[in-house]
Amino acid sequence: MSTALALIYLLSTVSFVVGLRLLGHPATANKGNRLAAGGMGLAILSTLFLHELEVPVKIYLLIGGAILLGGIVGALMAVNVKMTKMPELVSLFNGFGGASAALIGLVEFGKGAGDPQTAATITAGVVIGSLTFSGSLVAWGKLDGRVKSTVFIPQRNIINNLVLVGSIVLAVLLALGVVQDPVWIYVLVAAGLLYGILFVLPIGGADMPVVISLLNSMTGIAAAITGVLYSNKLMLIGGILVGSAGLILTFAMCRAMNRTLIAVVFGAFGEEAQAGGEARTVGGTVRKTTASDAAILLNYAKDVVIVPGYGLAVAQAQHVIHELEQLLTERGVVIRYAIHPVAGRMPGHMNVLLAESQVDYGLLVEMDDINPHFPQTDVVLVVGANDVVNPAAHNDPASPIYGMPILEVEHAKNIIVNKRSMNVGYAGIDNELFYNSKTAMLFGDAKAALTDLVAELKKL
Amino acid sequence: MSEWTDFFTSNQDLIFVLILAIFLGVELIKNIPAVLHTPLMSGANALSGVVVVGAILVMLNADPNNYLILGLGFVAVVLGIINVVGGFAVTGRMLNMFKKNGK
Repeated sequence: MSTALALIYLLSTVSFVVGLRLLGHPATANKGNRLAAGGMGLAILSTLFLHELEVPVKIYLLIGGAILLGGIVGALMAVNVKMTKMPELVSLFNGFGGASAALIGLVEFGKGAGDPQTAATITAGVVIGSLTFSGSLVAWGKLDGRVKSTVFIPQRNIINNLVLVGSIVLAVLLALGVVQDPVWIYVLVAAGLLYGILFVLPIGGADMPVVISLLNSMTGIAAAITGVLYSNKLMLIGGILVGSAGLILTFAMCRAMNRTLIAVVFGAFGEEAQAGGEARTVGGTVRKTTASDAAILLNYAKDVVIVPGYGLAVAQAQHVIHELEQLLTERGVVIRYAIHPVAGRMPGHMNVLLAESQVDYGLLVEMDDINPHFPQTDVVLVVGANDVVNPAAHNDPASPIYGMPILEVEHAKNIIVNKRSMNVGYAGIDNELFYNSKTAMLFGDAKAALTDLVAELKKL
Repeated sequence: MSEWTDFFTSNQDLIFVLILAIFLGVELIKNIPAVLHTPLMSGANALSGVVVVGAILVMLNADPNNYLILGLGFVAVVLGIINVVGGFAVTGRMLNMFKKNGK
């Protein structure tokens, strides 16, 4: 490696570290992102040109074509994605990174591996790369609704572990040169792909952000392994940073949902409730309300808290809710948004969605700060949220979400819940909040219902 | 067994870097507000696209007449670049929304 290339790699590595650091603070996050992107661009360009190899023009053209193609596709996907679909896109991109690592391993193995250490590095990269690829695709499909949410595989833990152990054994045998037929490396890819699918398929939709974060971490590890293969410290450090940061992020998300990683991976959400049948089914009467009644209630309130959920974003109602908020503010109502840590599809997702519709950042209040305030709140308006306001998390030990921190809206004086129907939420469980005597249900699509509400408010 | 101790000795600095980078990653991400988890995950995801450097090395070292390797390498570069470009672009898009409203 030339000195110039080594120096540039060092510079890029520093840009990754500093970039990641800056990404952790709201004021500097954008700078951090640009810095890391710049470092990456620099590293890619110098890898292309600062080497001592004789490379035919044909290969340069191929690489140039690949970069152009990938760049255009990636940019188009990033620019066109709806913000509600963000977690899916991250998962998809992550899968591509994993696939890239697996393909590199495949090529390097085909060249004839040589010593067992190198071969072990290659096979590890192949297994991790393939399983993150297929796992990420399944996660993408699940969030997107292409893959049905609950797929129950009998004895799945046993089957999964058999596939995993099988893959590891095969990887070791290949590394030691015990099996040498090149067909086995493709079998290894297939085993990795299969494990990725089996690993993600039974995990409940509500846990999907945790899984994406975990897979993200694993792509980092695959990149780091590739770095070891080429003795390339840039790839090694870049990959490991993602690997360990991703793991920390995974644990942070688990904490926000009061789940352990083990529970996420080995016990699907909702499954235990079905199995035991112990979780309380709540009954009682539901009080319906109309847009005009809800408008009157909101108009004469002093203190209103809006609880936005994913349903709001799916209905594209962020802009209408912002209009409602402005209208009420003009009339002297103190209004805020209560943001659950996992509102939306992953932590921070709701903030992005509301930011998209120009909601003032200062109005977004995090769960721990808003919870003590609910007893003094006149009206809570819950739009498209369900599990994050379910009191069962506090008072029903048999409930699958028991122990998850929630927004304690049940302490407010009045509660208006907008929902399409009485269907259960993402976790697949009933919600006693809807049967609370203080709760009025405003049925309908979030956008339509809020538009009606705004129209009624304007009449008052 | 001696092969593996040799492996450790000859790759010492790589292994040191690896272990230290693990701790660095943990320190960097500790105590980040939940608000930033989504952009951070997306940014980290873009970083893992650094694997594309490996894909480019595969192509640079490839025999120009081995179409299997050229094909696999080509796909690896395309996928890796999608990860990098898309990842950074989408992170930037998210963060720009925060900036506009971060009064």
